[in-house]
Amino acid sequence: MSQRQEADAYLKQLEAYANAMKSSVGVPVIVDPKTNVAIWYDQREMRFKFLISVERTRRFFEALSEGKVLATRCRQTGEVFFPPQVDCPGVKDGEVEWVELPREGELVTYTVIYTKPYSFSHYDDYTVGIARLSNGVQVLAWVRERDPKRLRVGMKVRLEVVKREPEGYLTYELVPEQP
Amino acid sequence: MRNVAIVGYGHTKFGVRNEVNLAELAYEAIREALEKAGLEPKDVEHVVVSNVGGWSSEPLPAVVVAEYAGLSGKPLHRVEAACASGSSALASAYEAVASGMADIALAVGVEKMNESPTPNVVELIGRAGNYFWEFQNFGLTFPGYYALYATAYMNKYGATEEDFCRVAVKNHYYASMNPKAQFPRKIDLETCMSSRYIAWPIKLYDSSPITDGAAAVVLASEEVAKKLTDSPVWIHSIGMASGTANLSRRDDFTGLMAAQLAARAAYKVAGLEAENTARYFDVAEVHDCFTIAEVMAYEDLGFVKRGEGYKLVREGQTYIGGLIPVNLSGGLKAKGHPLGATGISMAVELTKQLLHEVEPGRQATINKGMAVAHNVGGTGHYAYVTVLGLEKPRGR
Repeated sequence: MSQRQEADAYLKQLEAYANAMKSSVGVPVIVDPKTNVAIWYDQREMRFKFLISVERTRRFFEALSEGKVLATRCRQTGEVFFPPQVDCPGVKDGEVEWVELPREGELVTYTVIYTKPYSFSHYDDYTVGIARLSNGVQVLAWVRERDPKRLRVGMKVRLEVVKREPEGYLTYELVPEQP
Repeated sequence: MRNVAIVGYGHTKFGVRNEVNLAELAYEAIREALEKAGLEPKDVEHVVVSNVGGWSSEPLPAVVVAEYAGLSGKPLHRVEAACASGSSALASAYEAVASGMADIALAVGVEKMNESPTPNVVELIGRAGNYFWEFQNFGLTFPGYYALYATAYMNKYGATEEDFCRVAVKNHYYASMNPKAQFPRKIDLETCMSSRYIAWPIKLYDSSPITDGAAAVVLASEEVAKKLTDSPVWIHSIGMASGTANLSRRDDFTGLMAAQLAARAAYKVAGLEAENTARYFDVAEVHDCFTIAEVMAYEDLGFVKRGEGYKLVREGQTYIGGLIPVNLSGGLKAKGHPLGATGISMAVELTKQLLHEVEPGRQATINKGMAVAHNVGGTGHYAYVTVLGLEKPRGR
């Protein structure tokens, strides 16, 4: 049973208990099985999905469809922004241009995530790493290797555009170069 | 700027506290703090409540707590600085008194993390940082964030998982003498080393728990403090700094720049040099949300040079009798980490340490009369370093 299924099953159990209490005494007050104290089982549920603006960085997402990962670079200072932003702080009327990130990089650090957030619990264990690309920019992304014994600080990786399943959308990933 | 002293302090039992709601929990600490100061709610002139929330049901925790505690109508606000929210509240209350805006201010931190199922808490805390670029696509978790530091630190300095587990053993040792701790029991090295991985190389026993808890302090101006108590604990300085939202925009994963900057700022105001700083303090409370964080804290606070923090652990130098006792409360790892309360909990613990009011066996030797608290929000997104002392700050 996945972490998500476990959590769902536990909540279903509590909900059944609360419903039984409403039927018998009229209020959704249950005795918490773990600590034996009275708990009100919340009767209001809300769903959380955000509508996040990406109008200013629209070009980034268009480029993913072309198989490219873009960053922005300040025309005046040359500073490269990743994640990309279209504002260049500290510069009057700072303008940026879009530049493609190099694919070659090396791993700076990594971790394999075993205890996952609820919304990621349908995935197998995954690795999150930070790589420094050949132009000095650092990227945080999944690394396509789940065995810590095969991961090493300094190993060569490639930045690639991938389709994230089962959601079915494009994002980027760090793929270890074969030694 | 006026001198400011801690004149009252209160601290709840930390743990799974679902026999109380958020306001009731906060009031446990508030009542104790006011009683210790010999004050009533009407005497309080300014209130700051720290709470992260999200997993708990009250969107406006400050007004709910204030109403319950008989503090409605006072100048009041809620602060959030992730896990450093408590220090942020302390800093805000300090500024109210130091500026002359208030003579008596109350800072109370409260968190109720067990109002949501654990996977939801893991989710909410993992979203901290930059949600869109770190969480949405890559599902980074709070342990995962610190694991990125642990991996880099181990790689660069040769520290081992066992070194980190020794931090957990130490903190559980002292927690075993702290009745307010969530896990008041000792563990051995094997227990930590054999615990399951949460985010490689961080294991379950390297990690602080999901905790309910509250802590409160009453601050007073020098003039008022003299009337209220014979043993004020003075706030000498509070240094603060911040770090990038995105971890990928940091240069180094073996220390927290924000904590280094906050420490330097605190030491400067307190008139202390920034190197070899253990000599100034009798005791320290540092932010060991994960064991790697405590090792980095030793270096970020200047107790030792970079890359030597894990050696302090190996040599047992942060127990009583060592270079500097650290986390005699049990630390976040074993005392518990109710995010919004942690920074104030540190202030309460250090106040009690300086005043010889903690349980036998975990009382530090007090001969310098100075203590330091290191409170970090997120993964060094926020950092606060607070210096407390028995002597009045000089130069004011």
